[in-house]
Amino acid sequence: MRPAPLTAVGRSVPRREGADKVTGRARYTDDIPAPGAWYGKTIRSTVARGRIRSITLDPAFDWQRVVVVTADDIPGDNVVHLIRDDQPVLAPRGGEIRHKEEPIVLLAAANRRTLDEAASHVRIEYDRAEPVYELEQATEVFSTVDIVKGEVVEDVKDLKDVEVVERTFKVGLQEQLYIEPQGAIAFPEANGSIKIIGSLQCPYYVHRALKRALKLTDQQAVVIQAETGGGFGGKEEYPSIVAVHAALLARKAGRPVRLIYDRHEDLAATTKRHPGVIRHRTTVRKDGTLLSQDIEIVLDGGAYCTLTPVVLSRAAIHAAGAYSCPNVRIRARAVATNTPPNGAFRGFGAPQSLFAAELMVEHVAERLGMSSVDLRRKWMLRLGDTTATGQQLDESVGSELVLDAALKHALAVRPSDRPTVRRGRGLSLVFHGSGFTGSGEKKLQGTIGFEALSDGTFRILTASTEIGQGTKTIFCQLAADALGVGMEKVVLAPQDTSMVPDSGPTVASRTAMIVGRLVQEAASEIKQRLQREKPPLRVEKSYIQPDSIHWDETTYRGDAYPVYAWACTIADVDVDMTTGEVRVTDLVTAVDCGKALHPVMAEGQIEGGSLQAVGWATIEEIKMKDGGYQNDRLATYLIPTALDAPRIRTILVENPYSRGPFGAKGIGELPMDGPAPAIIAAIHDATGVWLDEIPATPEKVLAACASR
Amino acid sequence: MRFTLNGQAVTFEGSGARRLLDVLREELGATGTKEGCGEGECGACSVLIDGEVVDSCLVAVGQVEGREVTTVEGLADGGRLTALQQAFIERGAAQCGICTPGMLLAAHVLLQQAGRLTADDVREGLAGNLCRCTGYTKIIDAVLSCTK
Repeated sequence: MRPAPLTAVGRSVPRREGADKVTGRARYTDDIPAPGAWYGKTIRSTVARGRIRSITLDPAFDWQRVVVVTADDIPGDNVVHLIRDDQPVLAPRGGEIRHKEEPIVLLAAANRRTLDEAASHVRIEYDRAEPVYELEQATEVFSTVDIVKGEVVEDVKDLKDVEVVERTFKVGLQEQLYIEPQGAIAFPEANGSIKIIGSLQCPYYVHRALKRALKLTDQQAVVIQAETGGGFGGKEEYPSIVAVHAALLARKAGRPVRLIYDRHEDLAATTKRHPGVIRHRTTVRKDGTLLSQDIEIVLDGGAYCTLTPVVLSRAAIHAAGAYSCPNVRIRARAVATNTPPNGAFRGFGAPQSLFAAELMVEHVAERLGMSSVDLRRKWMLRLGDTTATGQQLDESVGSELVLDAALKHALAVRPSDRPTVRRGRGLSLVFHGSGFTGSGEKKLQGTIGFEALSDGTFRILTASTEIGQGTKTIFCQLAADALGVGMEKVVLAPQDTSMVPDSGPTVASRTAMIVGRLVQEAASEIKQRLQREKPPLRVEKSYIQPDSIHWDETTYRGDAYPVYAWACTIADVDVDMTTGEVRVTDLVTAVDCGKALHPVMAEGQIEGGSLQAVGWATIEEIKMKDGGYQNDRLATYLIPTALDAPRIRTILVENPYSRGPFGAKGIGELPMDGPAPAIIAAIHDATGVWLDEIPATPEKVLAACASR
Repeated sequence: MRFTLNGQAVTFEGSGARRLLDVLREELGATGTKEGCGEGECGACSVLIDGEVVDSCLVAVGQVEGREVTTVEGLADGGRLTALQQAFIERGAAQCGICTPGMLLAAHVLLQQAGRLTADDVREGLAGNLCRCTGYTKIIDAVLSCTK
């Protein structure tokens, strides 16, 4: 039987909530009315390491007008529930402080002026300890990952015609900088329930954190996602803290409390991309044959574990790059320092390790006197090849497709007409695992509900959130075509934990591919049942790991991801040799997305992710001072404006994946991987100098050129 | 004090020192105007005052006495979206949507200016409005599609 033609999938239909967003009707957290609500505020540590000697409320202030919450007011566990129970909701009296801006006291008041006055009357004294900021000095290890394939070449003395290339790379902190800062409103409700409305990616993460800290049942904790103004990973784990804080205040105040961060607090206190150091030692034959990759990764996790072990895992698995090598050793570790915790950010470790892997291709090519594009063709993973974890790639391997597509669409480079400006071009080839790592999806068993209603419409019930990437639209497209009905017949239930099952967090390039597939399967099943049954009908679909996927968590061998998406990026830069300023002038990215479910939104993901990567590679720098971020305001932490941004051109390559919905693969994070190494290679092309560290600030560019 | 908000006369009793942004959002229910940074860097709170783009987080409400303020709620004519709003939806210029109100107002002013717009003009005209989702490409396309 021929499948019905697609009427929704593959078409760039209008975004579901588009009209609300262009008219101002869309309600983000701080837009939501909460009659009688008080305002909340967080008092944070001013030291990076020590113990809290005392917390004193100045008796000169009238505290009757204010609600004060300390660790003593936490009914459940004083733990931000995530991976490891190391992070307190509030640092207690006598308790340890591990980083600047660590939350200690919460306040709520009827108006902001009272709140600010009260805050100035809270005194916290510390017994200071010597903080650890440098990776080399860190003694606490959050996690390690070791990947071994074959046997790396240690000794080349007896080998003929072999080159060994060694290089160390450094990557810096980066802020997600969603334009809507973090925020939540907590409503105390009947029966001891707490309802949270917040800006968040993962309703059930917040749900679990609330239950744990406030000692609530499944039903007593209710989490609702408001329209969310960007996430990029930054609203994966941190909203649990904001929500639990707001809930504690609301519980004690007996009224709703709005806890909305301003930009300064958001920049100063919330998670950043993990900085790190990556060392490579690559052995090749003089003809370019890749013999061995020996890689060491150290990531700075900051003060608490958060999602660091998972970030490290993804960094390690991608560290050998999109290449086939018989002998690989990857030793990765994440360590603790006394800086605010680092956490999830689009790409999740892979941009860091792929940055190093891609530049290694350039360095090896330079040593051998070969073109780096030719070397990539020689090395790249193709159908049937095995990755560093021993995963045999059995379908949808787009390495060569994207390389060819990007090269075809690159424009001719013309010399600059400004005498001080040099122009250059760089290229990168990357892959990115779609969905959770290893057995992640199997353990999670994400579940969706799907309903056929009596009025002939259909409803999708999922906790997967819309954060700009298009979930609301894409799920309805998938359901409509699986059912063979128009999109107007399909609605999405609100992301409210009291209504929808846990389809897992909106992270890891998994929503369209993993959860979207469940939507497609559930819709198909409903369609079948409707042939003999009458609505209302409801089905639930949970993820079932295909038998063909094997992963051994203890040895890190096997199928690390269900499938990979592939991208080739070509970046053109202008480098001003007098100021050191780098300007990315053109960026072409060819992406193997499996199937573009919504081409305009797919391009939007690539373009937005690419510009975030351009920022990371060039201007987004965080300077540290005494364990805090020195430039913790938007006036000093710069992200690309429309004037800084290159014209970004996206080429979508469709190379279907059999288990993706209509062939689609996850691409949300992929565009974060490729631009940075392409830009550094372009700077080398322009200037002849190699930078080993990003961001490529004017200072670094000038210093590198001067030391040549 | 009195001013015009989206064509309607409004009055506000209170301190003229309050930020226009807060008065719009908290007193007048115009929550389409967003706060992204509170210090005039991101443009999420852009509004028009007598037709000019201004960061409403940097303006005291006393400064708009007798003047005409336009927010995103005032762009559409009744239920009818403007060509620019329509283009933002069709061309993927709004993703998370938090910068969209400010971006629309800045683009609206740009389109009203005389002369043909180039992509570079649009980039320059929107340089005060940050977007973290789109990479700006689709926003620029949407604005250019509305030029005559």
